[in-house]
Amino acid sequence: MNAIRHVLGAFVVCFLATMALAQETPDRGATGGAPTLADIMARQAQQSVDDSARRAETGNPDVAPPLDNVLGTRGGASDPDLWRALRFDSADITTQINGPAAGVLIQDAGMGWLRLREGPLQTYGLWLLGSTVTVLALFLLIRGRIRIDGEKTGRTITRFKALERFGHWLLAGSFILLGLTGLITLFGRKYIIPVFGHDAFSTVAIASKWVHNNVSWAFILALVMIFVFWVAHNLPDRTDIKWLLKGGGIFGGGHPPAKKFNAGQKLIFWSVILLGGSIALSGLALLFPFEVQLFAPTFEKINALGVPGWFGQPALATILTPHEEMQYAQLWHAIVGMVLTAIILAHIYIGSVGMEGAYDAMGSGEVEEQWAREHHSLWVDELKARKARTGKEGAKA
Amino acid sequence: MKPMLLAFLAIAVIAAAANYGLTEFAGFSAAERTTVGQSVRLD
Repeated sequence: MNAIRHVLGAFVVCFLATMALAQETPDRGATGGAPTLADIMARQAQQSVDDSARRAETGNPDVAPPLDNVLGTRGGASDPDLWRALRFDSADITTQINGPAAGVLIQDAGMGWLRLREGPLQTYGLWLLGSTVTVLALFLLIRGRIRIDGEKTGRTITRFKALERFGHWLLAGSFILLGLTGLITLFGRKYIIPVFGHDAFSTVAIASKWVHNNVSWAFILALVMIFVFWVAHNLPDRTDIKWLLKGGGIFGGGHPPAKKFNAGQKLIFWSVILLGGSIALSGLALLFPFEVQLFAPTFEKINALGVPGWFGQPALATILTPHEEMQYAQLWHAIVGMVLTAIILAHIYIGSVGMEGAYDAMGSGEVEEQWAREHHSLWVDELKARKARTGKEGAKA
Repeated sequence: MKPMLLAFLAIAVIAAAANYGLTEFAGFSAAERTTVGQSVRLD
């Protein structure tokens, strides 16, 4: 469990490190505390600059000179003090617009977010998805389709009931729609507009947004359904270690014993539940703008664990504007979405062209008994033992 | 095969119901939430 926490922590910090590069505390004596040329250059390069001194310098009416003093009318705050307060979102202001984010007049984290979204997020996202497809294609070429080794019996075993298959296809169908519309939303400006033009993309983008926003509820419902159906069968046990040590028998060496779900399927299940749950949560934050604050409380917990210090990074910002919360939610949603898409591509591969007989489990729900014996021998033994006890039919001729 | 087709149909029904429920019934609009004044534009 600790190892998983460490890996997750490392992942989060590596991601956040791209947002906030190492801070320095430069000598600003030459400018009397005002920004130096180095500060300005660093800001223009989207690097983080230590501005704590400037943030604090927003005037203090409590130490204002008395009214009979020549400077008394200033009231303890000058115009520059006020502009600094506006700049760093600490000014006590009132706006006519009653929006949740309307009180933030200046918010400059948006440019960094936009550059990440248009640059590394798209580049590495494409690499991830492209390389996954390439590796799977190479795997099929080298290993070929995994065939049923033994002779087929002609008998079938019920692997998944109709309701389970309904839950699976509800999740699969909604995920594919969400994945496609998500990719259109993320990559459309860069790759679709140059080819099809603004008008055509506008229609596609509006339709994608509608589908993405509304199909998300089917995905969330299906996520809950499959969790309830299969969580008991996906708890890790000793057989998983043996299965993993043999690499699932993918490159020969027989078929390691497995229960209803082998270790590979359990990894897929927990990836879908955890990453899918995280995508759903960040998606809700995007669907209901400024209503859900996910990242500031998460960063507080990460700081409390001391995670940034493990990587020599400063503590993460725990006071975020509503806009920054949305920006982090969008980045997280897209990154985790693409990671899960890569995992699901592998799942689709092994459940269709990659393995003979695998699709039947979710197609008709009935699998060839020999296939079940080879890939889920302990599950077949369980079914046979149960049949012997109860007399209930497990396999059909 | 039947559960798969029913699931795909359910996706369409849930999406239509969600859209109706959020926009028509509850009167919610994410677009309105993000465009209440210039300060909330994200790009």
